[in-house]
Amino acid sequence: MTNIVDTKKKRTTVILLVMVAAMFGFGFALVPLYDLLCELTGINGKVVLVPYDAKNVEVDEQRIVSVQFLALNNSGMPWKFKPNHNSIKVNPGASTSTSFFAHNPTQNLMVGQAVPSISPSGAAKYFHKIECFCFNQQELKGGAQADLGLQFFVDKDLPKNIHTITLTYTLFDVTQKVASSN
Amino acid sequence: MSEHHGPATGIQRWLYATNHKDIGTMYLWFSFAMFFLGGSFAMVIRAELFQPGLQLVEPAFFNQMTTMHGLIMVFGAVMPAFVGLANWMVPLMIGAPDMALPRMNNLSFWILPFAFAMLVSTFFMEGGAPAFGWTFYAPLSTTYAPPSVTFFIFAVHLLGASSIMGSINIIVTVMNLRAPGMTYMKLPLFVWTWVITAFLLIAAMPVLAGAVTMMLTDIHFGTSFFSAAGGGDPVMFQHIFWFFGHPEVYIIILPAFGVVSEIIPTFSRKRLFGYSSMVYATASIAFLSFIVWAHHMYTTGMPLAGELFFMYATMLIAVPTGVKVFNWIATMFGGALTFETPMLFCIAFVFLFTLGGLTGVMLSLAPVDFAYHDSYFVVAHFHYTMVAGAIFSMSAAVYYWLPKWSGKMYNETMGKVHFWVAFIGFNLTFFPQHFVGLAGMPRRIPDYALQFADFNMMSSIGAFIYGFAQLLFLYNVVQTIRKGKVNTDEKTWEGAEGLEWTVPSPAPFHTFSTPPTVK
Repeated sequence: MTNIVDTKKKRTTVILLVMVAAMFGFGFALVPLYDLLCELTGINGKVVLVPYDAKNVEVDEQRIVSVQFLALNNSGMPWKFKPNHNSIKVNPGASTSTSFFAHNPTQNLMVGQAVPSISPSGAAKYFHKIECFCFNQQELKGGAQADLGLQFFVDKDLPKNIHTITLTYTLFDVTQKVASSN
Repeated sequence: MSEHHGPATGIQRWLYATNHKDIGTMYLWFSFAMFFLGGSFAMVIRAELFQPGLQLVEPAFFNQMTTMHGLIMVFGAVMPAFVGLANWMVPLMIGAPDMALPRMNNLSFWILPFAFAMLVSTFFMEGGAPAFGWTFYAPLSTTYAPPSVTFFIFAVHLLGASSIMGSINIIVTVMNLRAPGMTYMKLPLFVWTWVITAFLLIAAMPVLAGAVTMMLTDIHFGTSFFSAAGGGDPVMFQHIFWFFGHPEVYIIILPAFGVVSEIIPTFSRKRLFGYSSMVYATASIAFLSFIVWAHHMYTTGMPLAGELFFMYATMLIAVPTGVKVFNWIATMFGGALTFETPMLFCIAFVFLFTLGGLTGVMLSLAPVDFAYHDSYFVVAHFHYTMVAGAIFSMSAAVYYWLPKWSGKMYNETMGKVHFWVAFIGFNLTFFPQHFVGLAGMPRRIPDYALQFADFNMMSSIGAFIYGFAQLLFLYNVVQTIRKGKVNTDEKTWEGAEGLEWTVPSPAPFHTFSTPPTVK
């Protein structure tokens, strides 16, 4: 009798421990799940950080979409960072180039990483980057400055209710991170 | 079958304790101590907010107070109190000789003092204690955290391990050690709510452990789970945290539901109305708690579809909760009611928890939550559910079962004085906070605009009264144990039902060595 109870107790305990381990794993599984969900739906305005392979893109001459640019520095980032054009009007499908200005006012070599975000978030899926400085880290010597290029087009399937897209870059100082990983 | 033996003597009895009653007692006293520690932080908060302007403490220290008040009350006072209650009562209620895993039980208790020593020691470290709120949102808790955050992280790991072990123990006990004839649908409701709570803990605590582990690696090992610079996302922290955090608030309140469902029938001298609907309602609340977490995050910029889903799912919780409230009222309806202290606390629970539930429905509405978010209205809401919910029911439980634990009867007059002082103090503290919240006073601030001065002064006076009421509580418990009228009746309360009332008072060291038969 006692032995049967002991076996059953052991079984229940093991099952529960497996559940604990599974839930711990699930906590970490939430990270890729979250990214996947955001990528599929564009919920958080995250943009794919690889160049868009543009082939046979049709241009919709009838429609005009306004694209606004914002540049922000994450706290502690001393660079001067701003768009060279604040707003551009484009036809969906037409490839457009613009650039951002960056200046490193310090005396030291620094590495910056720009992270894009698009709002309204529903537009994220329809904003394609052919070339972007955010695909790479940007290295600037002390006192140096640079124009950082961006080439993009807006998908012609952009929902009709969206007339303005805002692209925000937040510039992060990753000098320490790069130094420590080398 | 080994010979019956008494407890070991001296400190060894407690250090090596494997008896469920001894461990339950330690849990209860430990949580009582933490309740006073967390309460003293609340007193500092209310003293500072007595008047506008900065009087007593620096804003940085104020933030440490709000953070540690929340952490200690949630993890140190309420959760261990209910685990202690479960340790004492679950074996007695299901006719088991002890908990199923007594050594693990010992470990899960003795982790706690070390975890809290570690957490509280952060006050004496450079940069002070954690000051990022009990919700520890990244990057406030990663990039901008004081160095002591690492100790906080390990303390949370330990607390999680402790509650997971406690939960496993409770589930294994209930599943395997029920007395013959005690089918699942005959389990006392307190046992049912605890089984469901234990499953919530097993599902939610590992996710919290995962979240703090990610914080740890972000801070020390260069990962970027919550840092946008490295491809992470700080909003993801909130998703992971609240995936734990919302079930956590039900972990706190479900055992309280169980306690109230035991006490109200006793003093109504009727059986609990709608037993099976109570069980199903508890299970539904537990299930729903896992799909509503983002209602804490309406203002993070979720898409409309998300806001709507989480809004409707949240409002749905009002249905099973309503079932419970109406069942308690129906139990009292037409009963031969008497109003002993435990019953007073339970009636106050039903009334005040319903108020807290209704403000919860208000907060669940995404469009208006944009106005209420992070205001004192939220503070009022969750104190109506947590304090009037968990703490009132815990007070009821102590008065209700203390005669069984100690074999002494508490002083009814003193019990009633405690209740009324607590009831008045509680409402004076938290009712005005609805008004200042709706008028726009944000939570977690050491100073406020002048127009909130009067209500804040009322709130502070109420808090001091409520704090005093807890001193009365401590006095009552100590006096009962030391000098209370000896009560050896097996059945302390005329209307009480259940196996715990078939053993002598005080409950002997070993009970149900031979299982009782339940008809």
